[in-house]
Amino acid sequence: MAANDPAGPPAPKGARPAPRNLFAEQAANRRTTWLLIGVFVLFLAFLGLGADLFLLGYDPTRSLARGGLPIPIAATFATFFGGISAWMGYRFGDRAVLASSHARPVDPNDPNARVLMNVVTEMAIASGLPMPKVHVIDDADPNAFATGRDPDHASIAVTTGLLMVMSRDELQGVIAHEMSHVRNYDIQKMTIVAALLGAVLLLSDWASRVRLRGKSEDDDGGRVAGPLGLVIFIVWLVAILLAPLIGNLLATAVSRSREYLADASGAELTRNPMGLANALRKLEAATAPTVAIARGTAHLCIIDPLARAVNEKEGLVADLFATHPPLQDRIARLEAMAYQS
Amino acid sequence: MSMTAWVILLAVIVGIAVWLYNSLVELRNQVRNAWAQIDVQLKRRHDLIPNLVEAVKGYMQHEREVLQRVTEARSRAMAASGAAQAGAAEGQLSQAVAGLLAVMERYPDLKANQNVLALQEEIVSTENRIGFARQLYNDMVARYNTRQQVFPVNLAAAALGFAPAEFFQMDAAERAVPRVDLSPR
Repeated sequence: MAANDPAGPPAPKGARPAPRNLFAEQAANRRTTWLLIGVFVLFLAFLGLGADLFLLGYDPTRSLARGGLPIPIAATFATFFGGISAWMGYRFGDRAVLASSHARPVDPNDPNARVLMNVVTEMAIASGLPMPKVHVIDDADPNAFATGRDPDHASIAVTTGLLMVMSRDELQGVIAHEMSHVRNYDIQKMTIVAALLGAVLLLSDWASRVRLRGKSEDDDGGRVAGPLGLVIFIVWLVAILLAPLIGNLLATAVSRSREYLADASGAELTRNPMGLANALRKLEAATAPTVAIARGTAHLCIIDPLARAVNEKEGLVADLFATHPPLQDRIARLEAMAYQS
Repeated sequence: MSMTAWVILLAVIVGIAVWLYNSLVELRNQVRNAWAQIDVQLKRRHDLIPNLVEAVKGYMQHEREVLQRVTEARSRAMAASGAAQAGAAEGQLSQAVAGLLAVMERYPDLKANQNVLALQEEIVSTENRIGFARQLYNDMVARYNTRQQVFPVNLAAAALGFAPAEFFQMDAAERAVPRVDLSPR
């Protein structure tokens, strides 16, 4: 058995792995979802509070009677906006993702879709989950993703290119990988993170526009004076400028670590790690960008649809910016599993 | 220990007992549900086989034996009862179906027949579904039985009416049955 690095997923033991505690895994995922929502909302509130302090003249030390604003309007708005975005992502994120990648629902009676429908049914049975909705994207580049809010409201989308190049076993591996994302509640986390990331981008964009306009105005509002005020102001400015980057870092950190786990539990579903390994090899050979899949959906896909080089690197830069671990590494781990069984 | 401490200790023990009991009930229901899923897929196979046999019969005049084996294995599987007996009979049916699918490879005419191809895909998928349903069932059984066998549940499980569930073993039957002879006659 290959010595797995300690940070990696737990190595499967033997041909019949002990039943993993699926519920603990799902609970952990729900916890990190809440944590991420918290981090994002705090970040949004911070951006908003800065706008209150430096643009709108909010002064916490001045009372209403002395001409100060009663509440930090921008902070309140930003927090609400973040909360609503998270909820919208939870509720409608899957539809947005599917619509943006022009996915069309599969007609279950279409004879050409029989194999796809059968394979998805098989994987739903293997994972003990309800049948997800199945979508097809007209794109020659092979790729696939899962989205939705929970296993009862899940969608799996595959490109026509994927259906063309994959054998039945390989398709099964890919679908098993996506079903693992569904089962682990990765789909929920990713759609909410995407929605919050969108909110951060929008708000930081607004804030930086307002700042530019605000400069010309003679604003003697309740700015926080003194060195502390200056420090907060600088931190806020930097945060606004770096918001897109910070948001992306949060999102990529989440998605990257989940791919190994989805590979491993996907292999456990099919009990055939080589199916997925061979599929990844074919995906690697076809590293053209998947045109139909929008940039915001990249972190959901089985391989990066943008075919960015950063995903094939290891190290600090990749840790920060890559949405997916290197394919070579994923294939090697799957092969190690195949040797054991 | 003070009175309060005893009350808290008792409450904790009762809480743990309630949780363990409820988790056993939940696992038992999951096992039953998983068994029902296998049943659904087995029934699907039983329903599909006559169609397949009917569709290929005309092409395969010289393979009466193979077709008969499938039909007989199907009737035996449908008559079987209990996890162990059903497992053995269904294992033999799996073998017979695999044999038929292998023999079908020798008939190029069959591959041109869309109806047969569609049926073949359905049979292959059904075989997979049975395998995956069985895999899920056995995982559930393993979890349920383990929960019953660990301390301190093992002291009370039987008294509360929980019994270990049976694994669905098709592998044993497959090993006992001689391999189908696929050499051309």
